[in-house]
Amino acid sequence: MAETRNELVPTVVADRVDIVYRVNGTGAGRGSATAALNRILRGKKAEQAAGVRKVHAVKGVSFTAYRGEAIGLIGTNGSGKSTLLKAVAGLLPVERGRIYTDGQPSLLGVNAALMNDLTGERNVYLGGLAMGMSREQVRDRYQEIVDFSGINEKGDFITLPMRTYSSGMAARLRFSIAAAKDHDVLMIDEALATGDRSFQKRSEARIRELRKHAGTVFLVSHNNKSIRDTCDRVLWLERGELRLDGGTEDVLKEYEKFTGGGGKG
Amino acid sequence: MSQVLHTPPPASAQTPAALPDDPAALAARHGLTISGARPSLPAYVRQLWARRHFITAFATAKLTAQYSQAKLGQVWQVATPLLNAAVYYFVFGVLMGTSRGVPDYVPFLVTGVFVWTFTQSSIMAGTRAISGSLGLVRALHFPRAALPVSYALQQLQQLLFSMAALIVILLCFGVPVSASWLLAAPALALQFTFNAGVAMIVARLGAKTPDIAQLMPFVLRTWMYVSGVMWSIDRVLSAHQDMPHAVLVALECNPAAVYIDLMRFALIDTFHASQLPHHVWALAVGWALLAGIGGFIYFWKAEETYGRG
Repeated sequence: MAETRNELVPTVVADRVDIVYRVNGTGAGRGSATAALNRILRGKKAEQAAGVRKVHAVKGVSFTAYRGEAIGLIGTNGSGKSTLLKAVAGLLPVERGRIYTDGQPSLLGVNAALMNDLTGERNVYLGGLAMGMSREQVRDRYQEIVDFSGINEKGDFITLPMRTYSSGMAARLRFSIAAAKDHDVLMIDEALATGDRSFQKRSEARIRELRKHAGTVFLVSHNNKSIRDTCDRVLWLERGELRLDGGTEDVLKEYEKFTGGGGKG
Repeated sequence: MSQVLHTPPPASAQTPAALPDDPAALAARHGLTISGARPSLPAYVRQLWARRHFITAFATAKLTAQYSQAKLGQVWQVATPLLNAAVYYFVFGVLMGTSRGVPDYVPFLVTGVFVWTFTQSSIMAGTRAISGSLGLVRALHFPRAALPVSYALQQLQQLLFSMAALIVILLCFGVPVSASWLLAAPALALQFTFNAGVAMIVARLGAKTPDIAQLMPFVLRTWMYVSGVMWSIDRVLSAHQDMPHAVLVALECNPAAVYIDLMRFALIDTFHASQLPHHVWALAVGWALLAGIGGFIYFWKAEETYGRG
């Protein structure tokens, strides 16, 4: 511990990161063939003028995260929190700047890999494999995942297609699959508030467990209470810029002043 | 919280530029790597191999999900290619009379349609492999080549269903079972390698320019008409000896035609080796290696850019 205090071990270093989304076919040039042609002929210069809109989601953000930290990301909707996390996970290319990481950070979530037309059972396998687990690992954890989700509490639902599930049931199964794997750098994007009260309690306990195994945890949430409960450092993003970076209480006090009132928590 | 943790003093925290020292140097000192950087080619191959179970599971899942809402369910796996063949038979066999002079025209046509459909749908699926799975690409970490390969594999599984229907058709039309049917396996393996390679090429193109998906059906339809799916290349060539040599060579070396004719040679007894172009296996292997390896390297070169939208 003494050593860690003297020489902090960084796990994520973000160096003046800019992230830009390009959206085709919007804005002034929408649907206009001449605008599209103009864009092709004139190349990049005409991009803004004709149909391609650039959304500058994250602007010049720098921070260093150290091993053992739990960092909360806060900010109003559309401030670039999730985008920044995706870039840290190496899922979204950065426009400028660099992000250095220790190992492979992972986002908690497998929603995109699951298919509604398949049974819950096959989705457990598919989701597990998509997260990089081996077939044996999924098989070993299968019962644990199903039990945790509580899908089978009201009958044999795991062998039904996921499209027949209620939204709450589907969310529970998704969380259970996602939480089945341990990660070095774990990033949680507002995953705490799924399902009914009893499931929420169970998932909070599971996240605490994951935190223990993970080196560094990032948590995006609009719930200031859950940020206070889990994080000891907070990054406040606003309009893609890093507004404040510091201890949870200091930053949250400023943030609550900014949003007017105590927030949701 | 009980952990003793570093919290930067508020003064330096408010000016993020004032980091303790150069971020790159700090990262290098602790052995951090650039997030989302492209792995080396051997490392990429290893990652892809490690995800082989995901690739097969994803392909099977897509295939099963395809008809899961239909009343007839998986029957469509076989019914769709059969209906396709019936339409082509009506147009080319009955209306246009392309069948004249081609023995066993129905098996000839159906084999051609099925084998061509395999290449066609692999390429079509390839164009949308990345651009249509952006959600997946932006949520999970895996070598992106898994997607086009998986889509090509899905089409291979689909083709195996079609082949079952094809065998029934062959037997109905009195084509004898023979040892040469075994040649279908290597022919399919080579065609799959070729398809997966082309799928990776168009996946990269489609990721950068989604418009490719609009253009591809026209390219593919043109390609189909010159590949001898419903007519015999060999017969047309012998009827038009005056054709320029370049056109002749191009028609014969066309990879789609090579794979189609190999399959016909394997399955249909009246389709003789003399109807195949010279060095046909060399051509089949050559195209497979060229597309497979070339497509893989081409796809890998842009690995870090997939997901930018």
